[in-house]
Amino acid sequence: MVSPRFLTRLMASLGLLAVTLTPALADTTLLNVSYDVSRELYKDINPAFIAQWQARHKEKLSINQSHGGSSKQAGAVIGGLEADVVTMNQAPDIDILVERGGLVAPDWRKKFPHEATPYRSISVFLVRKGNPKGIKDWSDLARPGVAVIVPNPKTSGNGRYTWLAAWGYALRQNKGDEARAREFLGKLFANVPVLDGGGRGATTTFTQRGVGDVLVTFENEAVLIDKEVGGGQFDVVYPSVTIEAPAPVAVVDKVVDKKGSREAATAYLNFLFSPEGQEIIAKHHFRPRDAAVLKKYAARFPAVPTFTVESALGGWAKVQKLHFADGGLYDQIVAKR
Amino acid sequence: MARRGSFNVLPGFNLALGYTLVYLSLVVLIPLAAVFIKSSALSFGEFWEVVSAPRVVASYRVSFGLSLLAAAINTVFGLMLAWALVRYSFPGKKLVDALVDLPFALPTAVAGIALTALYAGNGWLGQYLEPLGIKVAFAPLGILVALIFIGLPFVVRTVQPILEDLDTELEEAAASLGAARGQTFRLVLLPILLPALMTGFALAFARAVGEYGSVIFIAGNLPFVSEITPLMIITKLEQYDYTGATAIAVVMLVLSFILLLVINLLQAWTARRTGRNR
Amino acid sequence: MAGAATSLHWHGDTASRYESRSATREAPWVKGLILGLSLSFFAVFLLLPLFAVFVEALRKGLETYWAALVEPDALAAIRLTLITAAIALPLNLVFGVAAAWAIAKFEFRGKELLTTLIDLPFSVSPVIAGLIYVLIFGAQGWFGPWLAGHDIQIVFAVPGIVLATVFVTFPFVARELIPLMQAQGREEEEAAVVLGANGWQTFWYVTLPNIKWGLLYGVILCNARAMGEFGAVSVVSGHIRGQTNTMPLHVEILYNEYNFAAAFAVASVLALLALVTLVIKSWVEWKAGQAQAATEA
Repeated sequence: MVSPRFLTRLMASLGLLAVTLTPALADTTLLNVSYDVSRELYKDINPAFIAQWQARHKEKLSINQSHGGSSKQAGAVIGGLEADVVTMNQAPDIDILVERGGLVAPDWRKKFPHEATPYRSISVFLVRKGNPKGIKDWSDLARPGVAVIVPNPKTSGNGRYTWLAAWGYALRQNKGDEARAREFLGKLFANVPVLDGGGRGATTTFTQRGVGDVLVTFENEAVLIDKEVGGGQFDVVYPSVTIEAPAPVAVVDKVVDKKGSREAATAYLNFLFSPEGQEIIAKHHFRPRDAAVLKKYAARFPAVPTFTVESALGGWAKVQKLHFADGGLYDQIVAKR
Repeated sequence: MARRGSFNVLPGFNLALGYTLVYLSLVVLIPLAAVFIKSSALSFGEFWEVVSAPRVVASYRVSFGLSLLAAAINTVFGLMLAWALVRYSFPGKKLVDALVDLPFALPTAVAGIALTALYAGNGWLGQYLEPLGIKVAFAPLGILVALIFIGLPFVVRTVQPILEDLDTELEEAAASLGAARGQTFRLVLLPILLPALMTGFALAFARAVGEYGSVIFIAGNLPFVSEITPLMIITKLEQYDYTGATAIAVVMLVLSFILLLVINLLQAWTARRTGRNR
Repeated sequence: MAGAATSLHWHGDTASRYESRSATREAPWVKGLILGLSLSFFAVFLLLPLFAVFVEALRKGLETYWAALVEPDALAAIRLTLITAAIALPLNLVFGVAAAWAIAKFEFRGKELLTTLIDLPFSVSPVIAGLIYVLIFGAQGWFGPWLAGHDIQIVFAVPGIVLATVFVTFPFVARELIPLMQAQGREEEEAAVVLGANGWQTFWYVTLPNIKWGLLYGVILCNARAMGEFGAVSVVSGHIRGQTNTMPLHVEILYNEYNFAAAFAVASVLALLALVTLVIKSWVEWKAGQAQAATEA
């Protein structure tokens, strides 16, 4: 028979367990809410910045990381995830923090150099060793019999850049004829057999599950896969022209003012722009902004003609409405598949 | 309040029921009400537009269609498995009996990655199936496999106790009247098992419709082909469209409630048919 | 609802009863067919996935396996999972007992509706279970501004994870106890009360000994689900490494970092927990069967 005293004691000890297991807090703690594929970068950035900060200030600093699909992460910050800084892969995911709840100042682009983007990446192709399908450019992705792996453009920044890169390419090829560009994207997305929710899911599908002839993803991701997972099973292919994906960062004003962590948060983001930070960024195959660092690692970053959402496609607000809103071009084109 | 006429000396009714109602309201009812209230920000026209968008309708077809199919498959094989567990002795029977409950205990995400590893084109089973033109992972078939996995214990566990309680006299009587074994099964046993089978079917179906964790790894998530309804909710959330997400959630919630009522009715029927408690 | 499927039931081996009589015996080929089909189905859909988890986990050797489990983030995830279960279990235990007491021992209007409502969390998609708490406690939700003003974090922090877990495991104990207590009736309790015992005494000394196996069974199921929940927790977690990642979420993260061996290693711990659960469950069923046999004898 279960004695009442035993149960009471069990409950008490469970309660005690919960209390003693709560981790001790450091003097200052920053939370960096970031996108899916920046994990490895911040694993190196954080200790470097912490060392620098603690040498100058006599306080203990710790930095926590949260990673996930860029838009999902922005949604969590809106929902109350107390991020001191956000480091995303597309500007709309910071603009939404301005719109909803005024978490970030409207002029966040002006708070840091280069429109608050410490680095950029470009969309490239990863193909199977020896490139058996002879994939050289965007037009090859729309060929019949080529299977293309792309993350879902509705939920993933990575997927959205791929879509826009193909769109920009098609507009160029067809001298701005939107009808032809739509036709091209229709053909391309008819070749997509799996749509994963985020960039990492797509990579796993391509590399581990052996699905598809080509994975379209960011340059840094393609190189990382080739190095970490591939072991010489893949080749990186640079198309004739591609989209540039600058990674925007911002301090979440509402949170840092409440927590009193503005100084550390601002210093943290500034560190990304410092030569030391830029060096780490370049090592992770993101294209740094600092001219000297870029030059040092020039061999890693082949020169490719690029365009940006702002330069070629009329800015994010327009793109968002035209392509990705419910009933937008993306919905129309996949509906016809 | 306690119904008049049934005198009851036991104490604690008010405390127990009061606590039950308060806790139920705080944890389940009020939070669920939030979904309905949030979605009421939409006019009926807007609500309809969200829940009847072609992509969402396609996801109902995937979710409900495959859940029905999975539940049907589980009903057939679940009955066979329950039959084998009750009526035959074979080596490893105890182990099989215990492991039937595995899908209850195994986290769905673990099931998802394990099934993907098995059925992907280069997986243990996938490498033999793919050359035959059978694509499981990243296709609707993969969703079906995951739903079969999570629904498997329901039919077995609802049919098994009924089978165990069956009197052998019934079958002996049928046999002595000259019925063949197949006839006995069809005309005597099946009608008795039917309510339990249907309950198991409904349980497996209800569980499958809402499943997310195990399906998402193996589905492929192609619009109009392999997107499930819970994924549509997640997709809306990731586009910051909270009202749209709640609109689809309302459709699912209403359906779950109806299903539950049906299940409770079926269980009452089982009880009447077999004289068991449930 | 899952009560029906998971109820405490001791299956004594009855096979010989059927196999010895011609009226209840099938032709050998029918028996072979049923056994063959059902057991292959069982092997393909249940055994193989379980087996796959352990094989994938040990693919890179025991050392990698062990390293994946003692790494700080994995330990933090294990700790959070244990804390979550430790809070959710007692809450649903107390609720389950109270609800079963009210429903099984008394007659009142609306009982069927109440039972259906208690079952509701079973059939609500886990994704919705997470969503509702974001709607209420999120910064844009009902209590968001008030909570922010008082510096209380619910969603995207540990309390949100606990709430979502409480929701998905809500009916387990209650559904286990209600039929059990209904079957036992209320004569024993009434006798105790008539003999002068007060309510608590009646409960501790009469009811509890009668329902302890069912109670334990409900707690085991509740615990298994609490430790393994993915969908609901994923929506409210915030995914902060080392802080708001439970074990299933940690599996997903490792998987997304191409660290497949480690992902399956943590997954194998969860699978082991599931197996231990099943062992304890079988033991409880066996004990309960013995207790039942003792009273019947």
